[in-house]
Amino acid sequence: MTEVLSTHGLVAGYGDFQALYDVDVEVHEGEAVALIGANGAGKSTFLRAVMGLLPVAPDMVHFDGAPVGGTPTDRMVQKGVAIVPEGRRLFTGMSVSDNLRVAIDQSSRFERKGCWTLSRLYQLFPILEEKARTPVESLSGGQQQMVSIGRALLCQPRLLLCDEISLGLAPRVVREIYAALPEVRAQGTSVVLVEQDVGLAKSASDRLYCMLEGRVTLSGRSEEITREQIGEAYFGGGHAVG
Amino acid sequence: MQWVDALVQGILLGGMYAQYALGMALMFGVMRIVNVSHGDLVILLSLIGISLASSFGLGPFAVMAALVPLALAFGWILQRAVLNRVVGEDPLPSLIATFGLSLALQNLMLQIWSANSRSLPGGGLESRSIEIGGIYIGLLPVIVLLVAAGLTLGLDLMLKRMRFGRALRAASADVEAAAMTGVNPKSVYAMATAIAVGILGFAAVFQSLRSTVAPADGGAQLIYAFEAVIIGGMGSVWGAFAGSMVLGVAQAVGFRIDPGFGVLSGHIVFLLVLALRPQGLFGRA
Repeated sequence: MTEVLSTHGLVAGYGDFQALYDVDVEVHEGEAVALIGANGAGKSTFLRAVMGLLPVAPDMVHFDGAPVGGTPTDRMVQKGVAIVPEGRRLFTGMSVSDNLRVAIDQSSRFERKGCWTLSRLYQLFPILEEKARTPVESLSGGQQQMVSIGRALLCQPRLLLCDEISLGLAPRVVREIYAALPEVRAQGTSVVLVEQDVGLAKSASDRLYCMLEGRVTLSGRSEEITREQIGEAYFGGGHAVG
Repeated sequence: MQWVDALVQGILLGGMYAQYALGMALMFGVMRIVNVSHGDLVILLSLIGISLASSFGLGPFAVMAALVPLALAFGWILQRAVLNRVVGEDPLPSLIATFGLSLALQNLMLQIWSANSRSLPGGGLESRSIEIGGIYIGLLPVIVLLVAAGLTLGLDLMLKRMRFGRALRAASADVEAAAMTGVNPKSVYAMATAIAVGILGFAAVFQSLRSTVAPADGGAQLIYAFEAVIIGGMGSVWGAFAGSMVLGVAQAVGFRIDPGFGVLSGHIVFLLVLALRPQGLFGRA
């Protein structure tokens, strides 16, 4: 399988605080990779570093075989990496359709071809069509998450980074959102899922990495890794997670 | 009757202020930059326009046709060369940079044009007026108001309908998220400042037609633009337009009460709005 994303000894942080230590992660074409770990383990920092939101050396991040570390965020999107950011980060004061159009505008500017269209997205999340003219701030949390995912998909990514898309949502809504993943992957899009919910992360991914205090402590095929192994890697001790 | 006249004259005056305020509202709204050199840019463009008119014998509208593209280019360069380096979460660096630019521009203008007041010959346009029901309405102020309304409408439509406008609103709401959607913030910012200064190309011609300009006049224009934006609220370009009308009417009414009270009356309305409704009359809370 071709490698889409790989990091090599990725080191990143905020000012004097180092949040990532020598992180090596690989994502192959069409693969779903989960990144799990406790709060502060460095999962979101990893995504931010890949996305060019934190300064990193070019060789630390490869996309499609080329070094891209530290590339400006908008150029990463242009290359085919999109992110569903933590906290959704929608454009307030703009309608659902205008939020989505920003992504459509930019992909057409760069002539990024892809299979995602507004109508296709509305098939995936029918509620968004109904709410197309509603300002995003008056949507429910789950609907906002759908807009955020839709906005990322309309960037026509080859690699989709999802930062805690289940956070703060009702279990039913989480299931609805995760049910969309197979269709995303069916287009050959690789997915990186940052998830707090270990069970969800295991079932939705092919492989997973567990992080602790800025380091990868465990990696392997999701179905082969046991809860005991995860518990140890997650907390750095002999705990188990239920 | 004189109060109706004050109202009408105030609205017409507001048209002039709106041409200053639009660019200021745009830059503040998108980048949180308070451009202290905004007034000096009007004066600089005015003086360039006056020199163009006298050197090449251009009429006011020919000067405008030359000045607007020049202003657009100037704004673009200003953002690319200076402001993109200082824009960010902290509003202080850009404030200091534009303050420094303001001082530098004033001295540059003094060096080139001296401290003398000049104006643009309008070929009689500036003194023509029409009488409606006992109120004299100057032709030039009417044109100024119409151009201001046209610019506001154009800017509003651009923000709502065009690809660039959507990118601008996205960057204004959350610049990092806009970059995550493929928007290049620095080029959006450069376009925004180009438009903001480009509008001053219109304002410069009208300002130097309706009164004289001198290198030190920028400060007053900056204050009026700033007051209009605060009164109207940061939310929309129509807020800046309406704020300009309120400021114009406040000054015109104040002027009728006592000629020395005109400008002060505008300041008082501004302070009242700041104290009682800091989000502006038309802004969202």
